[in-house]
Amino acid sequence: MTTTQNPPSTPPRTATALVWARRRAAAARVWRQFATDRGGVAGLVVLGVIVLLAVLAPALTDQTGLDVTRAPGAPWQAPSGEFWLGTDHTGRSVLLLTWWGAQVSLLVGLAATLLSVGIGTVVGVCAAHFGGWVSSVLLRVTDFFLVLPSLVLALVLSTVLPQGLGTIILAIGVTSWPSTARLVRAQTLTVEARPYIERSRALGGGHGHVIGKHVLPAVLPLVFVNTTLTVASAIIAESTLSFLGLGDPTRVSWGSMLHSASLHGAVSKGAWWYLLPPGLGIVVVVLAFTLCGRALETVLNPRLAHSAGER
Amino acid sequence: MTDALAPVEEALAESAARRGRGGSTLRYVAGKLGGALASLFLVVVLGFLLFRVIPGDPVLSMTRGRPVTADQQAELRARLGVDRPLLQQFLDYLGRLARGDLGTSYVYSRPVGELIAERLGPTLLLVGTSTIIAVILGLWLGIKGAWRRGSRFDRVSTGVSLTLWSMPTFWLGLLLMIATGNLFPSGGIRYPDTPPDFLSQALDTAHHMVLPCLTFVAVIYAQYLLVMRSSLLEEMNADYLTTARAKGLRDDLVRRRHAVPNALLPTVTLVFLHLGLVVSGAITVETVFSWPGLGLLTYEALQGPDLPLLQGIFIVLTGSVVAMNVIADLLYRVLDPRVRAA
Repeated sequence: MTTTQNPPSTPPRTATALVWARRRAAAARVWRQFATDRGGVAGLVVLGVIVLLAVLAPALTDQTGLDVTRAPGAPWQAPSGEFWLGTDHTGRSVLLLTWWGAQVSLLVGLAATLLSVGIGTVVGVCAAHFGGWVSSVLLRVTDFFLVLPSLVLALVLSTVLPQGLGTIILAIGVTSWPSTARLVRAQTLTVEARPYIERSRALGGGHGHVIGKHVLPAVLPLVFVNTTLTVASAIIAESTLSFLGLGDPTRVSWGSMLHSASLHGAVSKGAWWYLLPPGLGIVVVVLAFTLCGRALETVLNPRLAHSAGER
Repeated sequence: MTDALAPVEEALAESAARRGRGGSTLRYVAGKLGGALASLFLVVVLGFLLFRVIPGDPVLSMTRGRPVTADQQAELRARLGVDRPLLQQFLDYLGRLARGDLGTSYVYSRPVGELIAERLGPTLLLVGTSTIIAVILGLWLGIKGAWRRGSRFDRVSTGVSLTLWSMPTFWLGLLLMIATGNLFPSGGIRYPDTPPDFLSQALDTAHHMVLPCLTFVAVIYAQYLLVMRSSLLEEMNADYLTTARAKGLRDDLVRRRHAVPNALLPTVTLVFLHLGLVVSGAITVETVFSWPGLGLLTYEALQGPDLPLLQGIFIVLTGSVVAMNVIADLLYRVLDPRVRAA
């Protein structure tokens, strides 16, 4: 396909180029709208800094400080010039632990979210697309899991499966997908009611084609918004499971720091410096994800689009 | 805590959809009860799958690290009934459940049902008190915020509740404990040396309950606030409010008599839908404050792990949440005349 009249910017020459040019324009539009939301931008900046610090932890800090047997300080020291955030019950630097803890907390939060959103999207799209008994069975199962107290199920799963990061990710992932599935199903239903889907079917498009080419691209923005909001709850779930002693005992996370703090009597010793940093880390990351998610939601969620100014 | 705020609007839309669904009352009730029975059966099946199929051979894990001969293991398997085919085991399990037998705890060597019944009271006391306070506080702040949308009060109260919502429950509890020092007892439900008369017992319990209750309320009131706020915002532009104002009603009468009752309906459904969150809250709060209820029992069961105890708790907790949701669905029909008329 060649364009007869050339627009001023680089003219798209093929259908794919045209599609990509449109996508770039749409992305730029989304970004411009997102940038007007101060909370969302602040959240994004904070997240960027924390993720960067977590990734660079091995390069910027000395990992031997995490080893209990080579703890550099005396136990339960209050914050000082040497240890800015004090030391824990073995004499390790709380600052270093919090820094490294960010890695595990973010990793588990993101991985569990991917799993949860993945399951939710597949179930949601299938429940809306196929109809009939497939749909009613999937809907029943979704409703069942939506009502179930997810923490209780996650606790049981991480108890009966071997302890480790993989188990935690699995336990959070398979218990938190129903709300995504409901959202995706509703959106898929509205997309599939449109005439262009019928046209695509009339031209011989099969299930795979309709879902892959038409439904998914229309549903994905909403899934993306949902992902940012789900990460927040997955990080809280991780900290809760680790706090209850179900985390990976060999890795430091914010939840496991709070677990050992309370186990070794930080409260009765008044060691606020051991409790504050990991908890603040959780609150800041969760708030940042929530702010980003809500900002994205006002830009991308079609249901809110008409009333975006009001909320 | 686990679900973010996205489901709020989703559920509002859902409750609107439920409203539209007609059908005779009898058919509705029968359908709901049938669905509930199916859900309860699923809970029971899940309990079996999680505790009998995934962990593999319980005898191997019970005897790990001990000098046990193959004969002794086989005898233990026969005693626990795990040497039979899975289907047979499942039927045995169903039979025992039907008789109300939840098995015997490894750690306490006592029937699981008895242990759960013992711990039910303190949990109901803590969770009930906190939920009532949180609902009242959340609804009140939500109504105030929505009525003066965008005001400083609205922004501050939404901001505060979102921040508290982002906090892990147990962390807030630990901080409160450290901040209040010796003002409140740091755990348990009563001091052992309290006089046995009712008044001193009640006062001592209340004293012990201040911090757990405060923690609980702080973390869960946000959901009621946000639901009430967005539900009232939906009603704000309705014509009947204009009519009410045109009649000359005072502003707070318009709010109290006309707007709030309508906005309350979806909120009622959500209060029940989010009971799962209340259960998670109970587990962490009771663990932090050593409150001798079901939550603390769950934590104790995790330590062994005491699988029969955990299984019993799982079935009781999830079963009651499922049951409460059915009650909510039926209650909704009683509360909303529009559903009944349809």
